[in-house]
Amino acid sequence: MGDSQYSFSLTTFSPSGKLVQIEHALTAVGSGQTSLGIKAANGVVIATEKKLPSILVDETSVQKIQTLTPNIGVVYSGMGPDFRVLVRKSRKQAQQYYRLYKETIPVTQLVRETAAVMQEFTQSGGVRPFGVSLLIAGYDDNGPQLYQVDPSGSYFSWKASAMGKNVSNAKTFLEKRYTEDMELDDAIHTAILTLKEGYEGQISSNNIEIGVIRSDREFKVLSPAEIKDFLEEVE
Amino acid sequence: MSIFEYNGSAVVAMVGKNCFAIASDRRLGVQLQTVATDFQRAFKIHDKLYIGLSGLATDAQTLYQRLVFRHKLYQLREERDMKPQTFASLVSALLYEKRFGPYFCQPVIAGLGDNDEPFICTMDCLGAKELAKDFVVSGTASESLYGACESMYKPGMEPEELFETISQALLASVDRDCLSGWGGYVLLVTPTEVQERVLKGRMD
Repeated sequence: MGDSQYSFSLTTFSPSGKLVQIEHALTAVGSGQTSLGIKAANGVVIATEKKLPSILVDETSVQKIQTLTPNIGVVYSGMGPDFRVLVRKSRKQAQQYYRLYKETIPVTQLVRETAAVMQEFTQSGGVRPFGVSLLIAGYDDNGPQLYQVDPSGSYFSWKASAMGKNVSNAKTFLEKRYTEDMELDDAIHTAILTLKEGYEGQISSNNIEIGVIRSDREFKVLSPAEIKDFLEEVE
Repeated sequence: MSIFEYNGSAVVAMVGKNCFAIASDRRLGVQLQTVATDFQRAFKIHDKLYIGLSGLATDAQTLYQRLVFRHKLYQLREERDMKPQTFASLVSALLYEKRFGPYFCQPVIAGLGDNDEPFICTMDCLGAKELAKDFVVSGTASESLYGACESMYKPGMEPEELFETISQALLASVDRDCLSGWGGYVLLVTPTEVQERVLKGRMD
């Protein structure tokens, strides 16, 4: 890798002060399937579309929402394989923290370390930035938290956010609907309605994924049956 | 001669009612010769967390510097102080890193955790933690300290009584050990204040 002609960094500054590769990475994210997250007073919900390329794909094998630790979950918009790499790294970092301190990693620390990994890939030789934006949802001693991490490595804490194809409509919808003291079940309904807004086709319990964490601090991906119940309540 | 007996040391920590005390001797020796009578072995990590390090003095100082370094970074990153249990796990991990070339120290950790619950523990030089509800001891005078503490300790002591007990236990034990003594240094920590006192004992 050291002697290769291509071992310089692909993320070099343009004259206008931008890192063009990161801009392109954000475009890759922007054309990915919509995902969103809402922080309620007593928990966090994250959700995403799960549009599969063909009806022949076994939808039970596809899991877009992943658990990083028992009390932290994550969803993405963008390139699936890049997401899997980040999930692996984040899980390892969380376990290393536990090995050292025998304490579960706080959400902010995990977000910080994941963001640091993503930033490394914008300043190293021979690598490209990750083509995903992550929404990390967790519940720890500081209460429910929702963070977005971008390919550049910058992270933001959100009360509610969306990413991917339908981001601007989804965010406008969320801005109208969000209230500070929302209950988690209301937040789940709002999340479903937001997904429905931009969904091309018929939304069902098999083509969306929802992950929830309540004050019991156990992150759970809802089963299709549970999603169906929420969908029926929304109708 | 064991490397742990090169400098001589005595450290003890005791739990009281919503408080704890940590005490150490003040002698620094080079085998049989006494070189200093004001050597500090018990150090502050933060207002509610203290560590006493017995054993080889150079390792005690270096280990303390490393721990303060780690704790300061932790405070900056996490914007909070380390809980005593977390700190104990960190010390254990740091000591085990040097499994095949260890620090010749036996730490005694004492702190107030969540809800100001007193926490004490000790570990060997490789990081094997030993939690206790009443008292922990380490150093060249440890055998005498075990005996003195066992007989003098009772649970739920108020700060003044705890101070008396730990002082008497320390002074009595170091009198039976030629490598430790030359006075004592006691820190008494409650949720609201910290009292430091220097004890005058047999100066031999």
